[in-house]
Amino acid sequence: MIEILRPAPLMTVQDRGRIGLRHAGVSPSGPMDAPALALANALVGNDPGAAGVEFAIGGAVLQAHAACRIAVTGGTFPLRIGGEARAPNQSHRVMAGQRIEIGIGGDAAWGYLGVSGGVDAPVVMGARAMHLRSGLGAPLAAGDELPLGPQVPGRTLAPFRPLPGRGEGPIRVVLGPQADSFSAEVIAHFLSQPFTVSHERDRMAMLLDGPSLPAAKGHDIVSDGTVAGSVQVPGSGRPLVLMAEGQTTGGYPKIATVIGADLPRLAQVPTGRAVRFHAVPRAMAEALWVAHLDALARTLHPLKVTIARRG
Amino acid sequence: MHAAARSPRPAPPLFLPVGDQALSVQLSDRIDPDANARVIALAADLKADPCPGIVETVPTYRALLVRYDPTVIRGAALEEILAERLRRPAPEAAEGRLWRVPVHYGGPAALDLEALAEMKGMDPAALAALHAAPEYRVAMIGFAPGFAYLDGLDARLHAPRLPVPRQSVPAGAIGIGGQQASVNSVASPSGWRYIGATPMRLFDPDRDPAVLLTAGDRIRFEPVDFAMFLRLGARAEAGSPLITPEVEA
Repeated sequence: MIEILRPAPLMTVQDRGRIGLRHAGVSPSGPMDAPALALANALVGNDPGAAGVEFAIGGAVLQAHAACRIAVTGGTFPLRIGGEARAPNQSHRVMAGQRIEIGIGGDAAWGYLGVSGGVDAPVVMGARAMHLRSGLGAPLAAGDELPLGPQVPGRTLAPFRPLPGRGEGPIRVVLGPQADSFSAEVIAHFLSQPFTVSHERDRMAMLLDGPSLPAAKGHDIVSDGTVAGSVQVPGSGRPLVLMAEGQTTGGYPKIATVIGADLPRLAQVPTGRAVRFHAVPRAMAEALWVAHLDALARTLHPLKVTIARRG
Repeated sequence: MHAAARSPRPAPPLFLPVGDQALSVQLSDRIDPDANARVIALAADLKADPCPGIVETVPTYRALLVRYDPTVIRGAALEEILAERLRRPAPEAAEGRLWRVPVHYGGPAALDLEALAEMKGMDPAALAALHAAPEYRVAMIGFAPGFAYLDGLDARLHAPRLPVPRQSVPAGAIGIGGQQASVNSVASPSGWRYIGATPMRLFDPDRDPAVLLTAGDRIRFEPVDFAMFLRLGARAEAGSPLITPEVEA
């Protein structure tokens, strides 16, 4: 069991999320940066779908009440175990009674604590992921205890290559489904001007500051389906990007959709930092997604092989 | 439509990309019961005769969102399959399940009953009777887990949304927004007008299924008094489903 002594902001238990319930109004939840949680799990010998702890910004203190292995991923969050500095993005042994201190990480918005055995939180509607908007769980608080799954012996690991797609460069989007609600001039602004990630962000959506994006056909549409990555533009003209807990349907026009390969990178942009958008054709976005999955597998697979061979 | 003169829109269906893992099959640009029925029929067809690569579908008023796995099928190929599916002769319109939903027109959730009745120049009982008269159809589930958007509201009850939304409206509240009726599933902020509540729990994460209603289901509201509302509420609290569909689909 791991006890939360001091939580980081928006600290929740997340696994891969609830898939296939959008028709019932339930968005998947799950991690804001899925590759980072998958890496944390791989480093501690878990299946990629195991539950770990997601947090914003950092600044958490936890106490292990049993021996386990942990890894902190998502950014370069300073890590101390039993008072000693340890490298992030690697796995480490933790003894019963040791404190785990996760410092503030400036280069990422969301961090992940992977724990060997996985966090054995209750399965609700097929997943352990908390879904704050649906009232499935509340952010972790001081005193909360996280039960751990069965421990198997294993070595500590560092990845052989970094997660894919973490570089600079514009966030790529596929225009639509309601790009025709906007004039060519407004779309040109969307694709040429910088937008700043505002402090109004959570697991549901990220609000962006930048040029106003008025919709020529008005900002009310008949509600239709949304996905994580949908860029909605409400009457304020301020775009917002739906994220892991975004609602499943919406009544604002969607100027574009962030491509799957770039959504984790957008989620990780620190507040106050600027982003730019670049449109790609759908066929290219699909190819980029397939390549993203391949690259992620190339990062994670050697870790699994190492664990399987040497335990 | 205010912008209709700008450029003629192509005839539906329109296939609209929703990123690299979803597309929208749009059958109309307005709230249209026929389009909604075809959306729900297409979703049912894809469930009965699955297309490899489709992960899930989300029926809405006038469009079907189709999520797919690009490692199995690409959007361009999927559009051709969906166009072919839409050319199939429309199946016998499946009768959705019929639910009789107990409603108390009054009580703490009837935040707007009096004001709306005054606005409409009728007394609250007449308003309630008008609301309970028709059979409604669940046009879509969205916004929140289990939140049901209903078609079939009597035009005399259409009402604009509140200028300032309320911070929280309770689960089970029966609402009116524009030409739509709704049953709230979870407590949430809302600018709709509320005239009563059902003790039924549309969303209960500890129940299987967690979400009771499906797009295409039918609803009849059955007025109950406050004492019955409280009794049924206590039963729902204890985990009783209260009602089962009268007609299985």
